[in-house]
Amino acid sequence: MHPAILGILTIALGVGACVSYFFLSNLFLDKVLFPPRGPNAGRNINRANLIRPWLFLFPALFVLGLYLAYPVFATLWLSVTERTSSGNVWVGFENYAQMLGEEKFWEAMRNNMLWLIVVPAASTGFGLLAAQLTDRISWGNIAKSLIFMPMAISFVGAAVIWKLIYDTRPEGTDQIGLLNALYLFFGGDAPQTWLTLPFWNNFFLMAVLVWIQTGFAMVILSAALRGIPEETVEAAIVDGANPFQVFFKIKVPQIMGTIVVVWTTITIIVLKVFDIVFAMTNGQWETQVLANYMYDKMFRANDWGVGSASAMIIMLLVTPILVWNVRNARKEMR
Amino acid sequence: MNNIAGTKSSLTWAVHISVAVLVIAWLLPTVGLFVSSFRTADQIATSGWWKALFSQEQTLSLRAAPAEEQVQVGNLYVIEGQIFESEARPEIQTWGISSRAVDAFIPGDSAELRGGGIFTLDVDGTYRIENTEPFDVSRGQRVFITAEVPPEFTLNNYYTVVFDPNNIEGMSKAFINTLTVTIPATIIPILIAAFAAYALAWMEFPGRALLIAAVVGLLVVPLQLALIPLLKFHNDIGIGKGYIGVWLAHTGFGMPMAIYLLRNYMVGLPRDIIENARVDGATEFQIFIKIILPLSFPALASFAIFQFLWTWNDLLVSLVFLIDSTGETTVMTKQIVEILGTRGGNWEILATAAFVSIIVPLIVFFAMQKYLVRGMLAGSVK
Repeated sequence: MHPAILGILTIALGVGACVSYFFLSNLFLDKVLFPPRGPNAGRNINRANLIRPWLFLFPALFVLGLYLAYPVFATLWLSVTERTSSGNVWVGFENYAQMLGEEKFWEAMRNNMLWLIVVPAASTGFGLLAAQLTDRISWGNIAKSLIFMPMAISFVGAAVIWKLIYDTRPEGTDQIGLLNALYLFFGGDAPQTWLTLPFWNNFFLMAVLVWIQTGFAMVILSAALRGIPEETVEAAIVDGANPFQVFFKIKVPQIMGTIVVVWTTITIIVLKVFDIVFAMTNGQWETQVLANYMYDKMFRANDWGVGSASAMIIMLLVTPILVWNVRNARKEMR
Repeated sequence: MNNIAGTKSSLTWAVHISVAVLVIAWLLPTVGLFVSSFRTADQIATSGWWKALFSQEQTLSLRAAPAEEQVQVGNLYVIEGQIFESEARPEIQTWGISSRAVDAFIPGDSAELRGGGIFTLDVDGTYRIENTEPFDVSRGQRVFITAEVPPEFTLNNYYTVVFDPNNIEGMSKAFINTLTVTIPATIIPILIAAFAAYALAWMEFPGRALLIAAVVGLLVVPLQLALIPLLKFHNDIGIGKGYIGVWLAHTGFGMPMAIYLLRNYMVGLPRDIIENARVDGATEFQIFIKIILPLSFPALASFAIFQFLWTWNDLLVSLVFLIDSTGETTVMTKQIVEILGTRGGNWEILATAAFVSIIVPLIVFFAMQKYLVRGMLAGSVK
């Protein structure tokens, strides 16, 4: 069957199944299980209302449990076992020990730490700058939507876009990569192969993610900047503050909460970054990161144990943010 | 804020200029790819895309007609012709007959050939070679021409990448496959999440706060953890790698965001409407379908855009749950990575393929930006 037809069928089937599940289960509850009539009408209504939320929630809880909660424990289990022909065998921390002994893992850790410092800082910084500047000019909205645009582009598409920028042609011929052309224009001696320069190539990969995430930071921070009460800014100006003082001493402190949110959101994206490295260098030339290391282990080396162990490391790094988010959400609900 | 005291006009200019610089810096990479996708392989390989927008000096290497076309005029042997094969005849600025001196002559000059004879080239490309002895070299004389070539663009790349049925690196199949992954993976989670979000927003039951907290927690769980356990699970229940698996996976991974976004929106709906409907005897199901769903349209739209962009642009989930060894179900992102690996230097194919995959999200983005922004503001954990 043609996949497109299969797709249309699935949409019809999936949507139909969902709707009929919700409709029929409700009908069953109201008409058959606890009908609101007869001697126990009142009790039945109460009972039906006790059950109904769970009818509404069940499909969502089911996929959440299966696709997100269960894998955390399954991966934990895989990371302390070894796959053999007779099933998984408990090996304790052997996978972790093996992983910690690998030079490639430490390279990935080092690079990831670098990503974690540079990308959120740069994205938030550029985003804040763009938000503040575009708020004050007439064509700000057009400027914003152009800076925001990379958000719609896939990591793979962005990788291609930036590979063209980093492209290198032999010395003496016309450079087709923007970076080399600029480098030579401003007095560089010879064209560089940017993606193979150890250490610095990490920054060239990070530039791609910063390029994508700045728009996100800008949109959120721009909304926060608009939410600042006019009076505080006016009062500062009346007191003689210059525009920089207004920005750094009045505005930034008031949107600190939002800045932290943007920062942590980008941090999580960084921890999961996979496509960019996979498409641009595949971890060669010392650009490995954790997510790509994990993919290598799981699907190229077929080593589920070490792969799962490195996935658990990513989980471990995410956990503080997870806890912090949950605490904040609970505080807000009270 | 221009009317507030303390704003200097010089500063306003600085702001305009800095924004312009930022916008250009953010736009240039994409423009580069876009322009490149309309250039031929030769053009891309020999000059930067920024030069494609202006006419430029190019040195072409061409050949005159071979010796068998010579005619005898009196006691001279002559070869005449037009040096440009195509209709486009740029104006010749300088020319030469040796690769070491490509700009030795100007149009109208005559050059003495090494094998004997005189070569004359006019500005429009007509040439004349004469010699007192017959020409015997079988290949035509090589001529180097420096000319001002006007910008030239082609749609051929798009034809090859999208429509050529013989091109196994073509994007048409991958495009359909991506669409097949994306649409169900966008619609189904919305439906499931909407019901759950309503329950979490407007129904009283024990454990509600705990569930909301759990959803917030699951929001950040990296999907990397899910790859192996769920691939195993899919194999065990017989789905294996395929569309069903990838639809389910996307539904699962998008669910926390969907519930979170929709619940935050629904909680803000006016309480009166819902309670009045309850008093009037509407069932929860009716309230949901007739009141909540229509009112939540903006939130539904923003999540739909999110999920659409995310599934369209995804590589990892498709790699793991969809694409099997036959490669029949490849998606565009995978196809591009493949081309990057095997034909990394062929920018005309790469740029075009990438642009084909980018264009749909870009259209969605510009058409529905309002909803995207709204969803983002609601979706970032406060």
